[in-house]
Formats: sequence, C-alpha cells, structure tokens
Amino acid sequence: MEETNESPFMKYLRKDRLPNIFCAGCGNGTVLNTFFKGMEMAEMDLNNINMASGIGCSSRIPGYVKCDSLHTTHGRPISFATGLKLGNPNMDVVVFTGDGDAAAIGGNHLIHAARRNIDLTVICINNNIYGMTGGQISPTSPQGSYGSTAPYGTFEKPFDLVELVSGAGATYVARWTTVHPLQLANAIKKALKHKGFSFIEAVSQCHTYYGRKNKMKSPLDMLKWMEDNSINKRKADKMDPEELAGKLIVGEFVNKNQAEYSQELYNLIEEKSGNRSKSIKSAYMGD
Amino acid sequence: MVVKVISANYAVSHAVKLAKPQVIPVYPITPQTSISEYLAKFVADGDLDSEYMLVESEHSAISAAVGASGTGVRVFTATASQGLALMNEILFVAAGLRNPIVMANTNRSLAAPLSIWNDHQDSISQRDTGWMQIYVENGQEALDSILRCYRISEDHDVLLPSMVCLDGFILTHTAEPVDIPSQKLVDSFLPDYQPQESFLDPENPRSLGTFTDPNYYMEARYQMEVAMEKSKKVIEKVNQEFNEIFGRDYSFVEEYRCEGAEIILITMGSLCSTIRDVVDDMRGRGEKVGLLKVINYRPFPKKEITEAVKNADRVAVLDKNISFGMGGALYTEIKANIDVESCGFIVGLGGRDITPKHIEDIVNKTRNPTKEITWIGLKEEV
Repeated sequence: MEETNESPFMKYLRKDRLPNIFCAGCGNGTVLNTFFKGMEMAEMDLNNINMASGIGCSSRIPGYVKCDSLHTTHGRPISFATGLKLGNPNMDVVVFTGDGDAAAIGGNHLIHAARRNIDLTVICINNNIYGMTGGQISPTSPQGSYGSTAPYGTFEKPFDLVELVSGAGATYVARWTTVHPLQLANAIKKALKHKGFSFIEAVSQCHTYYGRKNKMKSPLDMLKWMEDNSINKRKADKMDPEELAGKLIVGEFVNKNQAEYSQELYNLIEEKSGNRSKSIKSAYMGD
Repeated sequence: MVVKVISANYAVSHAVKLAKPQVIPVYPITPQTSISEYLAKFVADGDLDSEYMLVESEHSAISAAVGASGTGVRVFTATASQGLALMNEILFVAAGLRNPIVMANTNRSLAAPLSIWNDHQDSISQRDTGWMQIYVENGQEALDSILRCYRISEDHDVLLPSMVCLDGFILTHTAEPVDIPSQKLVDSFLPDYQPQESFLDPENPRSLGTFTDPNYYMEARYQMEVAMEKSKKVIEKVNQEFNEIFGRDYSFVEEYRCEGAEIILITMGSLCSTIRDVVDDMRGRGEKVGLLKVINYRPFPKKEITEAVKNADRVAVLDKNISFGMGGALYTEIKANIDVESCGFIVGLGGRDITPKHIEDIVNKTRNPTKEITWIGLKEEV
C-alpha cells in the first residue's frame, strides 16, 4: 500500500469542499476528528447519521462531512433535529452547535430537548465567544474576559452548560476540552450509543478572537490554558468551590437511562391506533 | 464640520452617539456587527451615556427596545436579515405600541440557502409592520437618516418606529468621506425626547398593549394609518429644518437627470450610485434616460413618484427583492399606484453583482419590452 500522510478520516469528508473556512489552529478540527474516532468506536454507520447545525463556526462542520446534513438558522438546529428524529426515528441525529447558537439564541430549544430526553447527540463546541461575527461576548464568556462588545471586560455571569442541561433533564452529559481528544472521543462514542438526550460540551480554542482579546494569542497558549485549568470531576468533587473558581471541570456528569421521547411517542401511537396505525414510523419500517 | 473617511456602519454609530439614546439592546449579526461594536466602545469609553446591553437574540433585542421605549426614553437597535426576520413579531408590537424606536437594518438576503450578502428581501418583507422605512445610498445618508428618523418618529403626530436600511457590505464595509456634524448642531436639530403619551409613568399608571376586543382593535390600527399619512407632512418639515441646519437637502425621492428623460430607472439604496454613472454615459451618447431614487419607502411617496415620472415614456423598476409569483415589491407598488408604463427587473439577489452593462441592458429591455418582469444577471444554464 502506498505511504500517505492523509488523515484516515479523510474518507468521511467532502474533499471538494476543502480547505475549510476555519482559522489555522482552530479547535473545530480536533473536535471533528474526535467525532469520527468516537463514531468508529461506537461502530456507527455514517450513512445513517444526519447532522443538523445552526449558525456559527462550529455549525459549518456538517457541510464538510459526507453524510446527510441540515444547515439551519441561528439557534434552531435542535428544533430541526427534533423534527428529523420524529420523522425518521431510525436515523442517528447529531447536532453540531456552539455556545452562542445553543446557549444564547437557541437556549430555549436546548433545555426543552433535554427535558423531553429526545434521542439526539448534541456536540456543543464552546469557545466562550462569538467567533463567526468577530469576537462578541457570549453566554459562556467568563466574567472579566474581553470581547469586542466588552472592551473593558464582561461583568455578566456565564452559563455552566453542563449544569444547565443536567438540570433540564439530559440523560448523558460530559465535558472535555480539545486537549483531551481521547476522552472526548470516548465520550462521543458513549453519547452516540446512548438512547436519550446526550450533550457533549467540547471546550475549544478560538485563539483568533478569544485568545487575542484575552492574552492568549496562539492556539498553543489556549491549549496550555485549558490543560492548566482542567480538573477531573472526580477530583473536583472533593474540592471547595473557592478552589474551583475559574477552573474547567471535565469528565462525565450524567449517564442514566430514562424513557426516550420518540420511542414513547411511537409507543403511544401504536397503543392507541393498534394495527390500523399508518404512522410515519411504519412508512420507514413497514407494518 | 469634520469629514472622516469611514464605513457606513461607523457613520451610523456616530449618528447614534450624536442622538444620545438612553438604551441600546443589540445582538451581533453580519453585516451589522460593527455597529454594535462601535457603540460598545463609545459607551465603554464614556463618550456615550447609554445603557448598552448585548442580549441573547434579536427577538430579545427588539423586545428590550420596546420595553425601554415604553418607559419614555430614546432607544436604538440594529440588525440584518435573519435577525430582522426573527424580530418580525415584535416589529408589529413596536409599531402598535407607538414606540418611536429607530433601528438600522444592514440589508442582507434571507435563508435558505444561507447567504450573508446583500439584497433588500429582509426589510421589504417587513413593510407591513407599521414601521417607516428609509433606504440610503451612502454613508452620509445613513448618518443623516438616523438623525432625521428620530425627529420624525418622535413627532407627536407620528409616533411610529423607523428603520434605516443600508446595503450590507456595499455600504456597511466600504469607507467613504462622511461629514460628522458637531454635537451642538445636532442638539439644536434633535433635542432630548420628551414623551407625552403612550409611555409608562408610575405617577400616572396605565397599561400598554392590553387585550383588545373587536370593539377597539380596528380603531387602533386606523390610528396607525392616520399617523403614517400625517408623517408625510412631518418628513417634509424635518427635511427642511435639516437642510437649514446641516445644508443637505433631502426629499422623499431624488431625481437625477429626469428632465426630458424618455426612460426613467427607479430603485432604492446604493445601486443608485452605479446607475448615475450609466445615466451620465448614456446621456453623453444622446440617450434620454434618468434615475429616480426612492428614499422614503414607507410611507409610500405616491405623489412624488407620479410627479417625477409624468413625462417619461416608460419606467424600469429595479428590485433587490422578490414577492414570488408577483414580482418585485417596488415594481408592483408603482404598477398599482402610478399611471405610467412600467417594466420590472429583479436584480442583485444574494449579492449578485449589478454591472453598468446590466443597467444598459435594462434600459434596452424597457425600450422594447418583451415581458413584464425580467431577472437580470442569471447564469445562462438556469
């Protein structure tokens, strides 16, 4: 076989769409690689995956992947994905989103999808800023961090996305960063196999905007920052809140089995309409 | 007088700084974002004493603007495209509550397919919300229009919100000389807003936007129509005062070499600059063509357009929008309201370039019309 430097995941990409729009050193590539790794580990079929995304840098990812995808409006991919899942519950629906898309303009959809425990895998690439529009403060920007809309630092309190979706009812929740590619891939594997609402927060570097405005100009500076500030959940559980200020707690936060929304809905349809059911499911699965 | 070479977005931001709104709720969206950023800097540097808030969506931005305006203060916000579409529900509320909000809309096309480039579909789609709309040709007009709109919207015969529409990227991200007036001059033209009606005052409690049964709703809507009609006189008065103070003359429409023109091209926004050049070229070759720029789109300047085109053989209306199955919005309105032979042209959707050659093509097609509505600049394979 011919020696090649090509990534083993290149076969999953639409080569004609490359090179991608991401800045050199962006964390989106790492997250996409870990997604492919997790997908292979979970033995999922890319042909059965449908990716939905909204607006923002992270939402551009599905456009490069050789699978069905739905590029939607800002904040709404989870709503579109809910429709995809209910229309064809056999499909594996993955949402690529970011902190602005999922937690600001689309925050309502995020909590309601978690509440319903619908079988979606949501991968939220959290770079703590609006990257696509040029570095505005997002709902996850740490207090005191700088952005183009906060030239003297933001005083707003950020969301903890893991706490948010856990509180809303998500049944699989994990947070890792781009300096934890193996752990991230493993979490994505579990999330893909999990029947219910899975949420992965992938903390990532936007050195172009977050880094430049916060004294971490290079991707390496940002990776170092994530490495130095990450604390595993098991260790963090034994620490005081004061010690954890400004730290990134990483690990698996929720992993439990509960009734899944699309399954429950189809159970109800079958129970009420019996054999006469001409549900959407029967259109796909046969009677 | 200070002339600076700046983008239209910076010009808008300077106008806002000079107008001194007390509340500015915004959300970033291309190509509006730099307006939000310049304003954030003005506020952070202490150059603008305003409550600046980066909210979580455009729906929240316009809702906060309505809330703030409901307390009787001057408010500004800005958006584009999907952001304006997301505001749709609250645009009706703002107009219905008679909030004199001024908003800049940096015109951008609507998804799907997703595009960040310029056309007028976003603001044209909001023409029935009860907002007044102005389309500007350059940065200077953008700055001046923000100031004029506060005067017009806050007039007690009007009390309707205003939308200043400027072409995304073509104006928002290109620099040109803009005269930034002094604060003193602006203060003499635009004093602080003094609300008299329709605002919440704890000393005099009232409710805004309450549930209305069929006995009342229609009158509320009729009053908006009356206000829109009355706004025409107010616009005239404000334009005249603006000219006296700043020396720049505005009208509902602007005629360019329309005298003796057999064919008049009618459009809105930055496209007028391209057309001016083509008109000059064609006039140089003895062809009798002219340009009519529509500045105020709502209220619709029926009288002014009628007067401007009365001697033309035919008009060509160029729309950067499409009402599917019907034609461009400006074309269908001119067709319905103005007694003149007209041809409709759909141009520049999603940022498709409009070249001088296209404009000449439009003139020729208008001279020998073969169909009512023609799409210009389409790829041949379509």
